[in-house]
Amino acid sequence: MPETTRSMDDRAVKSAKCVVWDLDDTLWHGTLSADDDVTLKDGIVDLLRTLDSRGILLSIASKNNHDDAMRKLTEFGIAEYFLHPQINWNSKSSSVAEIQKRLNIGIDTFLFIDDQPFERDEVAFALPEVETVDALDYLTLTTLPRLTPSVVTEDARRRRLMYLDDERRHESELAYQGPREDFLRELGLVFGISRAGGDDLLRLEELTKRTSQLNSTGIHYSYEQIERLMRDPHHDLWVCELTDRYGSYGKIGMALVEKGRDRWTIKLLLMSCRTVSKGVGTVLLSFLVKRAAEAETRLFADFRRTPRNRQMLLTYQLANFRVASQDGDDYTYENDLTVSQGYPEYIKVEVNA
Amino acid sequence: MPNEAVMDVETVTPVEDDTVAKAATVVRNYVRSNMSALRDEDLHDEDNIFEKGFVTSIFAMQLLDFIETTFDVEVPDDRITLQNFSSVQRISRMVGELKNA
Repeated sequence: MPETTRSMDDRAVKSAKCVVWDLDDTLWHGTLSADDDVTLKDGIVDLLRTLDSRGILLSIASKNNHDDAMRKLTEFGIAEYFLHPQINWNSKSSSVAEIQKRLNIGIDTFLFIDDQPFERDEVAFALPEVETVDALDYLTLTTLPRLTPSVVTEDARRRRLMYLDDERRHESELAYQGPREDFLRELGLVFGISRAGGDDLLRLEELTKRTSQLNSTGIHYSYEQIERLMRDPHHDLWVCELTDRYGSYGKIGMALVEKGRDRWTIKLLLMSCRTVSKGVGTVLLSFLVKRAAEAETRLFADFRRTPRNRQMLLTYQLANFRVASQDGDDYTYENDLTVSQGYPEYIKVEVNA
Repeated sequence: MPNEAVMDVETVTPVEDDTVAKAATVVRNYVRSNMSALRDEDLHDEDNIFEKGFVTSIFAMQLLDFIETTFDVEVPDDRITLQNFSSVQRISRMVGELKNA
């Protein structure tokens, strides 16, 4: 059993996923709406590029005229770095909340940087889980542990581009009239399931750290643990990739199955929160149920209830997993394998076992 | 208490409760309008919606949100079972029990 790395200081070192920037006197010198001739602060472009290459998402919460500010950002050649910029006259906390909703990542993974104490306090008051940073300290951002992931995977490097793909998907979804499943069918989703290989290890380690909503236990695994489990003949380590006509979502899911003599146990099942709306969470679980039935073994699953993984609980329980035993928040599920659920017809499943 | 929900369903009284009947109408309409697999078929309250259509985790989550918001109830973890969510009838009975609890 891998050691859990959840600890009291977890919150303090929890990786940040997004930095939200003020503009006036934070990203640039001067006040745009006062007709200042604003200039970017020293080293800003390199800083943005560095954070972006680490897979940190960037956005904006600025009180300005939207079109003027966007024009300026485009002039500076940095507009493309910012996802869902909120440039309006609303409170900064409401802008951060809006960005959080659009990106669908935990509010406790946000940093907010602004030169004005009032704005930082307003955000900290409304959203206490957001860490605020004084614009004076902007050059230290790249050295903050929370913004320095120990591994930077291919998925991380492409993260902003994948979110941009998501935006285009979302726009076509909004434009689509008709039931949701019909829209999903239009996407041409392909869900690939294969055994993890050496190239996947960094990404799998990252997934166990970054995923909290669709995560069966919340237990983090180190690179070394994952590598050992991948080679262990008594474990199956599965990795999933999702693609559609807009491109790849990357490696978005994993499952670890411990294979005993007459019982298999799903030790970990997780799916990236970016894929929640595609209804793929059940696919990997259905796959494991089918395999266990074919192997004529009993099937168990470890589950640890957290405040955020209700959807994973629902995924298990509606796939006919029942609580066999429970110790506080730790459940052991068993599936009696009497119910076989097919894959949704709008997803093509490709298994490479 | 994993088996409590199952026992509740089996010992429930016949569907005459007004809450349950109203819930059935609302849930039936929601399921019908959100599952494209059902568009061309009749949906009976006792039909197993997992067999009839393709219930995905995302639809199930939306259905759960819909039930909790519409009927102002909170569905506890141990009630989230395949059986309780298998048909309009069972969902409505569960809503009735939660409302009357």
